[in-house]
Formats: sequence, structure tokens, C-alpha cells
Amino acid sequence: MKGKIFLVIKREYLARVKKRSFLLATIITPLIFPTILGLFLWIAMSDVSPESRKFIEVVDENNAYFLENNESFTFSYGGLNREEARELVKDGDRFGLLYIPELNLDQPTGITFYSEEIAPISMITSLEAALKNKIEEFRLFASGIDPDVLSSLKTNIKISAVILGEPGGERVSNSVVNYAVGFLAGILIYTFIFVYGNQIMQGVIEEKSSRIIEILVSSLKPFQLMMGKIIGIGAVGLTQFLIWILLISAISSLVVGYFGMKMPQQELMEMSGQQELLPGASQEGLVEILRMVQGIDFIQLTLTFLIYFVGGYLLYGAFFAAIGAAVDSPSDAQQFMFPVTIPLLIAYMGLFIFVLDDPNSNVSFWLSIIPFTSPVAMMGRVSFGVPWEQLAISIGLLVAGFLFTTWLAGKIYRIGILVHGSKVGYKVLWKWLKDNG
Amino acid sequence: MNKSYGAHVALKDFDLSVEQGLVFGLLGPNGAGKTTFIRIVNQIIDQDSGEILINGQPLKMRHVRNIGYLPEERGLYKTMKVKEQLLYFARIKGLSRQDAVERISNWLEKLNLIQWKDNKIQDLSKGMAQKVQFIATVIHQPDLLILDEPFSGFDPVNAEIIKNEILELKRQGTTIILSTHRMESVELLCDHIAMINKSRKILDGPVKTIKNEAKTNQFRVKMTVKDQTNVPPWGDVVAGEGHVEFTISLNGQQPNAILANLMQYGEILGFEEIVPSIEEIFIQKINESDEG
Repeated sequence: MKGKIFLVIKREYLARVKKRSFLLATIITPLIFPTILGLFLWIAMSDVSPESRKFIEVVDENNAYFLENNESFTFSYGGLNREEARELVKDGDRFGLLYIPELNLDQPTGITFYSEEIAPISMITSLEAALKNKIEEFRLFASGIDPDVLSSLKTNIKISAVILGEPGGERVSNSVVNYAVGFLAGILIYTFIFVYGNQIMQGVIEEKSSRIIEILVSSLKPFQLMMGKIIGIGAVGLTQFLIWILLISAISSLVVGYFGMKMPQQELMEMSGQQELLPGASQEGLVEILRMVQGIDFIQLTLTFLIYFVGGYLLYGAFFAAIGAAVDSPSDAQQFMFPVTIPLLIAYMGLFIFVLDDPNSNVSFWLSIIPFTSPVAMMGRVSFGVPWEQLAISIGLLVAGFLFTTWLAGKIYRIGILVHGSKVGYKVLWKWLKDNG
Repeated sequence: MNKSYGAHVALKDFDLSVEQGLVFGLLGPNGAGKTTFIRIVNQIIDQDSGEILINGQPLKMRHVRNIGYLPEERGLYKTMKVKEQLLYFARIKGLSRQDAVERISNWLEKLNLIQWKDNKIQDLSKGMAQKVQFIATVIHQPDLLILDEPFSGFDPVNAEIIKNEILELKRQGTTIILSTHRMESVELLCDHIAMINKSRKILDGPVKTIKNEAKTNQFRVKMTVKDQTNVPPWGDVVAGEGHVEFTISLNGQQPNAILANLMQYGEILGFEEIVPSIEEIFIQKINESDEG
């Protein structure tokens, strides 16, 4: 008898893995991610190439504001008047015209940018920043402060957050990295439960509506059939997931390698903020981030991810199986989706509103303890560090939770699969639960 | 045994004994309780009370290996290949892989399906899919075969093939429970029948006995008459072309004595006992039990 559940698992697994659509989804999905990444890198890199620099004519009535050319702009001071410069823009010789009227340093107003196309906000913002610097310089000078003295007085402050632990085991933490890890893991589990839970439901409905079920349950216990299906489809998901991780990391490293690691470093520099003012600071920022990433306990993270991934799937998978058994067609399933959708949505919303915001708040604690929300919510906390007692309680409850839902779903399943053509509502489900109690 | 679903009673004080090696016909109108009985024997559902013995032993999950079941509503995995599908069904019945593979190719050969073995069910005609389903039912050589409306969905040619396979299995010693509405197949195949109506058994016995008991001791006579003025003294004489036909009751006389008497009037062309068909018995019994 034990071997039979394995036969069901094998059939469910092979029937899906052998499908062309599985192959396509498995290969194409990971391609999408690096392709988009590659596309962004390509656009970003070609954006800063000299050809795309915007050529801007400056008409400065003060004859004082000389802006420096940079990656994005080439400024031309042709000494034209406003009308002549406008003609140049209209003819397409210049992208735009920056008009600076005579300025009152205390209240600089009336600066205008003319262009044929709509100027991107980012462009206006960087022009504003450049002019602001210039005006401030003039004002400092006017109040008798040497700008060189001022910049030599500026300092940079950076606070490293360190989590206390065993001596030597202290970890550098960073909310951004932890946030990203928690966010990604939570979303993955949420998506996985929905996508594969739906596959369970579809599979049960297929067996029920095509009446295969009658032959199956004359050879197997309904519970074996249900568990075999849930485990088999879960194995498909894990396989797909594993292939994705391998493909994504392989292709991503290829793409990043192709672009010579140029962009990621720049991004990292930007992430470390103001530090580019100081020589060598960007190097430091990169090291900092690497230290933070290293600070995450990847073994613990992977392990907890797998536990909640599988646990959450099993917990909800049983529900999806029961829903499939209770209805005749997928369109009838809608009415029973609430008990599944609501807790998952609460977990999902909770992840964003409470858990990632403050992983140690009361709400976050409860969300990560209750089995129906813990798979998604706990993943938001794990990378920030969770006391092991809480992890143990949460996992223990999750195991108890899926044993309970499986038991409950099994009762609905074994009756539901044999009922055809009658309208099944919550009342009927309740009767089924009591009937073979 | 007894079985009810909520307020609805599906089987009431139902008992049945099926002799080994016979074809047992289970008859009854829709909703009489046949499918409930079959599902209980297949351990798909549990009876409320009562027990089932197979060779004197209580029915257990391990007996699944010894039972083959063809449900009335057929179903196969549409996107699975014929061979894989049969292998799966054989394996969940407890057959080893090796045995299963061998038997599958034998059966596919036998039913002319071998060239379709790697096709998906959805690419097969309905008749072919039905044959695959039949193979799936008998692949593990069950001792007890339960067939629910086995001929529905088959064209006459394939129905004949399946009928012969059923008889072949019977010859090999398989006990067969046949649930059907098709009375002609009952008379051809069954040794013993039971009728169910409104969740109760209303008739149970060997086909021969049942038919004998249903006899009205009437004979149908077909003969020529020598002298038209001297016709046999029976009321309902119907004249045909050059002959007459009528029904006579034995009324305690021996058939031979009646025949001798009849011969005085002319030449006997036919003398046949009127035996009601199972269908007639069926309808009569159902009406009796509905009235009662």
C-alpha cells in the first residue's frame, strides 16, 4: 500500500514535467529576468554615450553662470539673444534653450527652459541642481565665505547597524538588503502557493469530471490519492524552482560578465549616497554592501525558506484539493476560494505594511506565528534575525496546521470526488465534515 | 447490509451471494441502489451496517488486487499515452512493472490496439478508448470482475468482441458481476440474476429457475387445417397465409397429449412453449413491487 502513494506522486510529477508547456515555462521564465536586466543595462549604458548628450544653448543675461559640461549635457554659450537661440532649437541644432534672466541672488526667478520635445523631469532637475550650486556659490562669496573653506569643513557620517550576538558572531545588518531578501522570499512563497495550489485544484477537477476518479478510488484510498497529487505537484514546483535558480544565476552572471561589471559598480556607488564626494569612498561603499550581504546567514535563510515554502504549500495545497473535489468545474470553484485567498492576502499585505517595516512589532510576531500567514510573513523577518524559540513555535504550528488542514480536506475530498451535478455550498461541506466524523 | 445518504436510503436489508465462476447479473431501474452496492464492494464507500465476505474472509483493502471494476461513467487521462496509462492502472492495482508491461502488450495485441500504444487517449476514437478502459479493468487478472453497463458506448462489432472477452474470462474461472439495463445481454451471459428496486432486493436466483417459475404453461401453435369447417376448438385463432396460429394452455395436460389431439385437425408447423423474456419478467416484477 505504501508503494501506491509513490506511484501517484510519480504519475503526477511525470505527467507535468513531460509537458511542453512545463519545458517552455521553465526555460523562458528565467530568461525573462536576465533579458530585462540586460535590456536595462544596455539602455542605461547607451544613454550616457556621447551621441545622446543633450546639446543646450544657454542665454545668460548675467554673463556669470557658466555651467560645466558633463555626461548628460553639453552647454554652448554662443552669446546669442533669446530669439536667435529659439530659432536654433526650432531648427533642431540644439535640444533646448536655457534662458537665465538677470537674477536677484536673494530671489532667483524667471529661469526658463525651452525645447521642441517635452523635457524629461530628470533633465530639469539636474539643470536646477547645477544652477542651484552656482547661485549658492555666488551667495556664499557675497557673504564673505570662501567656498573652498566650506567644502573642507563638510563631513560624511555613516552609522553601521550591528546585531549583537556571540562574540565574533556579530553581524553587520542593513535594512535595504534585509528588506530585499525578505520581500523576495515572501513573494516567492505567496506566488508558489497560488500557482501550484491551482494546479492541484485543476488536477482534482480533471479526475473528477472525467470520472477517472471512480477507477482510482477502487484501487487506492482517497487520502493516498490526494496526498500523492499534492506531493507530486509540489515536487514539480521544486524542480522548476531549482532549474530557475540555476538558469538565472548562470545567465545573469553571463549578462553581467558581458557588460564588464561596469554598471553594477556604478549602481553600488549611487547606493552608497553622498560618499562619492570623498576620494575612495565608493570602494568603501561596495565593501560595506558586500559585508552586509555576507552578514546574512544564508544557510539559515535557505533552510527556513525551504521549510516555509514546503509547509505553506502543504497547508494550502490540501485546501485547494478539497475545493477541486467539491466542485464540478473550475468556474464553480470561485465561491470556495475565499477561505484560501483571504488569509494569503492578509499575509501578503501584512508582509508589506507591518513585517518589512518593523519585523519585531507585535503584529509582525503574530503574523509570523499563525500557520495561515506564517509562511509569507516569517520570510520577511528571517533575514532580520528571529529568535530560535519563535522559529520553533512557528514551524511547529505550521506542521500542526498542515496536518489539520490535510485531515479536514481529506474528509471533504473523499465525499466530494463522488458527488456529481449537485450544487455544493458551505452548508453541504459542513454536512460532509460531520457525516464521516 | 444497509446504506443511506442522509435521509435517502440507498440499500435496505440487502443481501447477496455470488457463486464463484458464474456470471451474476444485477438488474434494476436507475437509482435502485446498484451503483451504491458496487461502490461498497469496491470499497469506494463504506456500508452503514453489514459485512462483505470474499471466500469467507472480510473484505479488506488488500482485496483490491483481486477485483476489477469497470464503472458506468468511463474515464481515462486524456493526455496520457495508452501504454503509460495502462501501466499506471496496473501498478496501482498492485501488479509488478514487469508483469504489467508483458500483459499490456498481450492485451493490446489481442484487441488490435498495438499500433496505438504510444498515442494519447485524446487521439483515439471513442470505441478504442473504451477498449483501453476494458483492458485497464482486467489487466491484473482479477478473480472478481465488476462491470457496470459494459456495453454502453460500444458499436455492435466492438460489443461482440467485448462479450467474447467476458465469456473467455468466465471460462478461465473469473467471477463476474454484471450490472445492466440491456436484457438481451443478460440472457446471453448471465447464469444467475438479482433484481433491485427501491433499495431492496426483489428477486434472486439462477436464470433458468427464474424463467421456469415465470412460465405460464402456454404453447404457441402454428398449423395448417385440413378442413376449414372443422377448426380446432380454441378461441383466438388467427388465420395466416395457408395456416393458422393460436395459443393454448396446458391446463394440466401433457404437451404430447395436446399434440396428438391437434394432429387430427391438420399438419403441425410449429409447437413452442411461451417463455417470458427476462425483460418481461423484469417489468412485471418492478410493477409488482411498486404496487406492493
